[in-house]
Amino acid sequence: MAKITAGIATSHVPAVGHAVDSGRTQDDYWKPMFDGYEFSKKWIAENPADVAIIVYNDHASYFGMDIMPTFAMGIAEKFNICDEGYGPRPIPVVEGHAELATHLAASLILDDFDMTVLNKLDVDHGLTVPLSLMYGTPDKWPTKVIPLPVNVVMNPQPSGERCFSLGKAIKDAVEQFDGDLKVHIWGTGGMSHQIQGARAGLINLPWDIQFMDDLINDPETLQYKPHLEYMVEAGSEGVELIMWLIMRGALGDKVNEVHRFNHVPASNTSVGHLILTPKDN
Amino acid sequence: MKPNFDQFKDIPGTTIFTIEKAREGFQLNEFCMSLRTQENRDRFHADERKYLDEWEMTEEQKKAVLDRDFQRMLDLGGNVYFLSKIFAAEGLSYVQAVSTMTDMNVQEYQAMMLAGGRSPDGWRSKKERGEA
Repeated sequence: MAKITAGIATSHVPAVGHAVDSGRTQDDYWKPMFDGYEFSKKWIAENPADVAIIVYNDHASYFGMDIMPTFAMGIAEKFNICDEGYGPRPIPVVEGHAELATHLAASLILDDFDMTVLNKLDVDHGLTVPLSLMYGTPDKWPTKVIPLPVNVVMNPQPSGERCFSLGKAIKDAVEQFDGDLKVHIWGTGGMSHQIQGARAGLINLPWDIQFMDDLINDPETLQYKPHLEYMVEAGSEGVELIMWLIMRGALGDKVNEVHRFNHVPASNTSVGHLILTPKDN
Repeated sequence: MKPNFDQFKDIPGTTIFTIEKAREGFQLNEFCMSLRTQENRDRFHADERKYLDEWEMTEEQKKAVLDRDFQRMLDLGGNVYFLSKIFAAEGLSYVQAVSTMTDMNVQEYQAMMLAGGRSPDGWRSKKERGEA
């Protein structure tokens, strides 16, 4: 049986990708942030996954406004790297896991989650910056990846309850797969940040830390937090944090906190990072 | 459930990209998406006005792009992730572009971020700020 063995949460700031690609991770500005991921790189080398389901959002890199899926799943064998306006990041292509992805997409649709099925998808910093943070700069990514893009750009975004329920359905679907796989699920984006308007630069670290505590200990209540609160307290782009609820939903009732890290700022963003494992593991 | 977009209007200095704004800004955002190729970036930079005229954007939207008035582009249905294609193509970071929408210059904005960012205190409600 396939099993979800860990959940990883991390912000996905584009400037972090630039820092990695230009070899500036040890600069004074960046070093304190990257230091927070040193533990994680060792941990993931010792606790590898066969497949990582990476919940992320595209940033007008692959999806325009002609088609805007609320929940989608990449079921292809590989995913190329987007050109986000300055050429594609010089990183390895992302390999998919078509067998598990088709099983998951089908299972979720049968469970009433109306997934958009993506036989073609290029991935942007939302997915690739987390890979760089966890794996550094390998010649080939050590895990296969199932991209799960969520619309968090256009309001209405899916509700927190829906995201949390989707995570629970992913857990069930993974466990029903006829194959022996270790699966990680990653929730990316956040934490507090606002990159538009006169209120740009908003950071709310106490709120971010409380969100992490609630995600770990009381997600059943956290799922009902209205989007308006994310926007007011964590900035207009802070609503990305609903994607962490999908990750959390896939881990079951109780979790172990393996690692936690916060850093302000990376560019305009409060960086948050968690490694969680299911307690029944 | 009936949508309630009005609930976002009390957030100060913030334009929420609703499905309604997305409709208004569709052509502007499509233009931005076109800048994902070097060929189109080169064509745009060679003659911005001519390139913009290939899109069914309003004159106001085109003027906002030519003026690099990002707040105006947001007001006219643009979304910052789309607009990022305009400034990324010019080698500008999010910090550089985003700071232009605030009342700070880029150095002041960077200093604010290094000091921990903008506190939400005083920025939660237009009513509280006497703006509504």
